[in-house]
Amino acid sequence: MTDKIANFTYTRLIKEYPYAEDFFSTRELPAPGDEVLLKEYLEGIGDEELQDKGLIREEILPELAGFLEAMESLSSSTSISSLKIQGGRAKDGNPEAVESLTVNVGDIISVVGPTGSGKSRLLEDIECLAQQDTPTNRQILIDGNAPGNNVRFSMDKKLVAQISQNMNFVMDCSALDFVIMHSESRMVPNPTEIAHEILALANELAGERFTEDTALTNLSGGQSRALMIADTALLSQSPIVLIDEIENAGVDRKKALDLLVRNEKIVFLATHDPLLALMADRRVIINGGSMIRVIETNDQERGMLCKLEEADALLLNAREQLRHGEMLH
Amino acid sequence: MKLITIAGPPSSGKTSVIVALLKEWAGRGDKLSVIKFDCLTSSDKEAYEKAGIPVETGLAGNLCPDHYFVNNIGKGIAWAESQGANTLITESAGLCNRCAPHIKSIPAVCVIDALSGLNTPKKTGPMLRYADLVVVTKGDIVSQAEREVFAYRVKQAAPKARIIAVNGLTGQGVLELALLLDELSQKDRPDNDQMDNMELRFSMPTALCSYCLGEKRIGQDYQIGITREMKFS
Ligand SMILES: Nc1ncnc2c1ncn2[C@@H]1O[C@H](COP(=O)(O)OP(=O)(O)OP(=O)(O)O)[C@@H](O)[C@H]1O
Ligand SMILES: Nc1nc2c(ncn2[C@@H]2O[C@H](COP(=O)(O)OP(=O)(O)O)[C@@H](O)[C@H]2O)c(=O)[nH]1
Ligand SMILES: [Mg+2]
Ligand SMILES: [Mg+2]
Ligand SMILES: [Zn+2]
Repeated sequence: MTDKIANFTYTRLIKEYPYAEDFFSTRELPAPGDEVLLKEYLEGIGDEELQDKGLIREEILPELAGFLEAMESLSSSTSISSLKIQGGRAKDGNPEAVESLTVNVGDIISVVGPTGSGKSRLLEDIECLAQQDTPTNRQILIDGNAPGNNVRFSMDKKLVAQISQNMNFVMDCSALDFVIMHSESRMVPNPTEIAHEILALANELAGERFTEDTALTNLSGGQSRALMIADTALLSQSPIVLIDEIENAGVDRKKALDLLVRNEKIVFLATHDPLLALMADRRVIINGGSMIRVIETNDQERGMLCKLEEADALLLNAREQLRHGEMLH
Repeated sequence: MKLITIAGPPSSGKTSVIVALLKEWAGRGDKLSVIKFDCLTSSDKEAYEKAGIPVETGLAGNLCPDHYFVNNIGKGIAWAESQGANTLITESAGLCNRCAPHIKSIPAVCVIDALSGLNTPKKTGPMLRYADLVVVTKGDIVSQAEREVFAYRVKQAAPKARIIAVNGLTGQGVLELALLLDELSQKDRPDNDQMDNMELRFSMPTALCSYCLGEKRIGQDYQIGITREMKFS
């Protein structure tokens, strides 16, 4: 790879590897002239300039090659067919009642239990593909096997997409720039286009609209959630999706859920909301840090779900009307 | 003696990560030791002492801690040996972003935190760029999307390094770090008793102007050695 790109012109490099563009600016190097061969470009940089910029001449092309290779491998997606949770121990140290739980692609599992019982903890265990090395001692198996460390800790080939309960944005940039950067890091072919789609979708979910140039850190809690959900729905290739309490975010939760589960995925949904809990095929009951039971949603409950949805629509409607200063009638 | 250099910006989580790493290794009977290189003060000593690890602190004063590191690492290894240690980890506060303590064929780690801003990977210089492993801490505080963007930026700046997420508070991820370091020590230096013939990965810039040596007076007359004029438009 290094030898190959040494004889590329800059134009050709960017044509074949559009994401190589930032490589030079990241190193404070001026972009090479369009028709200059990269090896000539490198020879043309002065020693002092390299020293100033903390660069080693012979390392630059191998680094570029390494970057391109890493990016290429990113674009392939991973598919799995099942996930198994091996029970660990409760907060009091006793073994978990549910010894194991297997979930297949296409399944939606809700996670319910009192506040503080350990719902978010269960999702975190899945997120880090715990191997008996978290406080719960649980183990997560993928397709029946313990995932290798390269899968567990790789920061770029994520099996798990997560919309967490305590989510903050800290980066100093606009919502649009951020989503473009995220799209780039995910190697999508048209980052700007998809970024606009994500923001449009986020605005559909959020109560109050925000503009594309709103600073990321100025988004309200609900808007941040909406953006995260839209971003995950449109960008994420991860086969496992974890959603922690979308109901409190003030976003349209039914729409959000539909967006997130539309593909063949494994979905875990921690919730206090009966509607969301019953939309799942099964629900795990958590108490005292332990999975105490797994219940399958039955037909009777599904019947109830219709009634709950009607009641919910009524509530939602009333809320919207009040929000817009209307009278209920 | 197994030597590992760990560097990173202030408060990026170096001490937290090292303490977690030491716990991981202490369990399997390794004899560990730490030297902290800093400028003026450092309270890291207590953190290591609390973990029961022999520790020395080297304060560089008005020298760059990385220059100070190279001058003293040989003696540091002798000290670690005198403590009966078989592993020496050095923690350096990366301050000037121009130098790095990383040595060829000695495992080199850079610790950087996910809260530190989008441009930090690019600004961190040789200490990140020429590390074998980049540890990203504080991922627990930010969204997954931001972690990904940050990791991408690190990858751009240091394409050949392995990036590992470690939570400095809980130690999550440190097992992977330990395993990767084991691999590196084996690959690079089956027997690294010898400090002779070791070479830095990146040449440290000369900082030999009169002000490096303590000059305070301002003016053309007092500027001796390597100086450079800024260009104004
Ligand atoms: N099996 C366990 N062993 C030890 N600690 C646990 C266990 N399960 C949960 N915890 C800890 O209990 C605390 C509360 O758990 P968690 O945040 O998951 O609750 P939750 O059900 O999500 O609550 P909420 O509904 O308020 O979001 C956390 O600090 C978590 O790490
Ligand atoms: N939330 C969070 N805090 C961390 C993490 N790692 C370190 N810290 C905190 O960051 C601060 C600086 O850490 P320290 O290890 O002293 O950094 P050093 O200066 O690089 O050695 C301390 O208050 C740590 O508790 C992490 O992964 N998550
Ligand atoms: Mg929770
Ligand atoms: Mg420290
Ligand atoms: Zn320096």
